[in-house]
Amino acid sequence: MDPIRSITGTAVPLDRSDVDTDQIIPAEWLKRVERTGFAAGLFSAWRKDPSFVLNQPQYAGASVLVAGTNFGTGSSREHAVWALTDYGFRAVVSPRFADIFRSNCTKAGLVPAQLDVETAAALLAAVEADPTIEVTVDVEARVVRAPAAGIEAPFPLDDFTRWRLLEGLDDIGLSLRHEPDITGYESTRPRWLPTTSPVGG
Amino acid sequence: MGRTLSEKVWDRHVVRSAEGEPDLLYIDLHLVHEVTSPQAFDGLRMARRPVRRPDLTLATMDHNVPTTLDAGGAMVVDDPISKKQMEVLGANCDEFGIPLYPMGHRNQGIVHVIGPELGLTQPGMTIVCGDSHTSTHGAVGALAIGIGTSEVEHVLATQTLPQRRPGTMSVTVDGELPPGVTAKDMILAVIGRIGTGGGMGSVIEYRGSAIRSLSMEGRMTVCNMSIEGGARAGLVAPDDTTFAYLEGRAHAPKGKAWEEALDVWRSLATDDDASFDKGVELNATTLVPHVSWGTNPSQVAPIDGNVPDPEAIADPAERDAARRALAYQGLAAGIAVRDIAVDTVFIGSCTNARIEDLRAAAAVLDGHHVRDGVRALVVPGSALVKTEAEAEGLDRIFRAAGFEWREAGCSMCLAMNPDKLAPGERCASTSNRNFEGRQGPGGRTHLVSPAVAAATAVAGHFATPQELN
Repeated sequence: MDPIRSITGTAVPLDRSDVDTDQIIPAEWLKRVERTGFAAGLFSAWRKDPSFVLNQPQYAGASVLVAGTNFGTGSSREHAVWALTDYGFRAVVSPRFADIFRSNCTKAGLVPAQLDVETAAALLAAVEADPTIEVTVDVEARVVRAPAAGIEAPFPLDDFTRWRLLEGLDDIGLSLRHEPDITGYESTRPRWLPTTSPVGG
Repeated sequence: MGRTLSEKVWDRHVVRSAEGEPDLLYIDLHLVHEVTSPQAFDGLRMARRPVRRPDLTLATMDHNVPTTLDAGGAMVVDDPISKKQMEVLGANCDEFGIPLYPMGHRNQGIVHVIGPELGLTQPGMTIVCGDSHTSTHGAVGALAIGIGTSEVEHVLATQTLPQRRPGTMSVTVDGELPPGVTAKDMILAVIGRIGTGGGMGSVIEYRGSAIRSLSMEGRMTVCNMSIEGGARAGLVAPDDTTFAYLEGRAHAPKGKAWEEALDVWRSLATDDDASFDKGVELNATTLVPHVSWGTNPSQVAPIDGNVPDPEAIADPAERDAARRALAYQGLAAGIAVRDIAVDTVFIGSCTNARIEDLRAAAAVLDGHHVRDGVRALVVPGSALVKTEAEAEGLDRIFRAAGFEWREAGCSMCLAMNPDKLAPGERCASTSNRNFEGRQGPGGRTHLVSPAVAAATAVAGHFATPQELN
C-alpha cells in the first residue's frame, strides 16, 4: 500500500443512505480473479441512469465521495473498495460506515472519513451547490476541510491505523513481527480443537 | 465484574495485546470460497509467503456453482469466468495444501452450512471467512466474523487477525413464538427495529427464552442476519441444544476429548453480573410472520400489514430511502402486503436452506400445488442436506407441488450462477438481502421465512400456511 498523508480534490455528492456494497460493485463483477479493473463496475446499475451523479460531467475527476449514512453495508466484498479506488476515489465521507467496509478501506488505501451528521450534510450540500469546491481529507491531522464552504471538522482515526496509512505499511508484515507470540499461543491451544483434515470415509 | 460470552471468547484468543494497537487474535477456523480468495492467494505468492495453518483452513465452492445437471447427470459450468474462478480455487488449494470440497463432492455446499454440519464449527472458537454471513456460525457460541480479501490473505499467512475489541449488544427475545412464526420472522423483526446500522461496531448476543427454545437451525438463521443489522457478529450461548447438535458430528471431539470440551463450553455463557453496552428487547408472543417490502433488510412489515406511505415517515433520510425503494420495487404506497403477487419463489441460501427449513416448507406444500405462472425452486444448502432431504422424501413433495429440486449452492441469493431474476420479476425469497438487483439486475426481492415462501408459492401472493386450508 502506498503511504497516504492527505487527499485534496473535488468531490462527488451521493445523497443516499444505506448504500450497500451490492450497489457499489454488483455481484457479476466478483467473478474476476484480479485485483484491478473494477472501475467500469462501480455503481454500474445506477450509472445506467443518465442523471446519476457519476454521469454528470461537472463531477468528473473527483477524488472524494461524500455519501449518506450507513455507507458500505452488506456484503464483505473488498471489490467495493477496489472499484472506488480504480475509479479514482481516494477518500469517502459519510456519517457512518459499515464495519467490514471501513476495515477493507484502510487495508486497501481508501480513507473512510466519518463526520457528524450535520457536517456531513453541510458538505454534501456545498458540493451539490458548487462542484468545483476543493475538499481535503487530511490523514495526518485527522481533519476534513472544505475552506470554500467554511467546513473544517475532525474525523475519528485510531493512532495505529493512521500510522499504517501514513507509512503505507503492510499489515501482514506487522503481524509476522510477532511470530514468536503466535507460536507460543499455538502451543497452549486445547488439543481437542478441530482440524480441517478430512475424517471418515 | 463479569464478562459476556463474546468477551470470554475474545479473551481466550488474544495472542498479543498492546496499548494503542488492535489485539492480535488467533483464528481457530478459516473458511474459504472461490469469490473472495483469489486475490489473497496472489498476494501470498507475490510476497512468497506460505499458508501458516492449512489444517485450520477449509475451502469449498458455493457462489458460482450451477444447481442443475445436464442430460447426462453432469454439472456443467457454462460461464467461462465462473468456471475459471472455481478452477483457480482448486489450483490454489492444491498449491497451498488446503482441504477443498469442490463442486460435486458429497461434503460440498454453502460455506456457512457445511461448517456446522461437519462439526467444524464449535463453541468458543474464532471463525472467519471472506463472507459477511460468517456470523451464522455464532449459533453454536463461536465468535464468527466476516472479513475482506486483504484480511483473508492476512489470516492465510499468519492464522491471526488484528482486531479492535468490539462493543457488546444484547438482543433479548422472551416468550413463546406463536404457531407459524419462525426464527426468520424474529430476526426480520429485530432488524426492522434496530435498522441496518443498529449493530455497527458491536457483537450481538441473542438471549431470552424464545432464543433458547430455537433449534440450532433456527439459531443459525437468526445469527446469519446479524450483519443485516450492521453487527460485527452475532452469537448464542452454547447449551444442551448445542451439545446435542454437535455430538457425533464428523469433526466434533470424541470420548474423553468430548468431556473436556464440554467443561470449557459450559463455562462460556455470559456471567450474571456482566453488562452489555446496549440492548433491545422483543416479546415473542406478539410476533407475526414478516415480509420485507423495500430494498434494505430493515424495510419490513408484518404480513397482515401494509407497505408504508413514505410521505408519513418523519425522518427525511428514511423517507427518501422508502420513496426510492417503492419506486424500485414497483409498489404503491399503502398496498396490503397480502395483495402483492409474486412471479418466483426461492427457498435456499445460508439463511434458510438447512434440513429443518426444507422440512418446514415441505410440510406446507404437501397436498398443494404451486400456482400457475409462478416459478418455484428449492436449492438445498449443502450436498448433505440434499441427501438427507431425499432420504426423507422431501424432494418428492417439492416436485409434486411443482417446485424445481436443485443441487446445492448459493444460487439465487446473489445470482452469481445462472439462477437469476429477470428485470422487474418479483420474488419471495428465504435469503437474507433484498438489495436492488441482488437476485439479478432489476429483480425485486421480498425476504420471508420458508413457511411463508411455500404458502406464497401456492397462493401466488404473500400468504401464511394457515390460509391454504
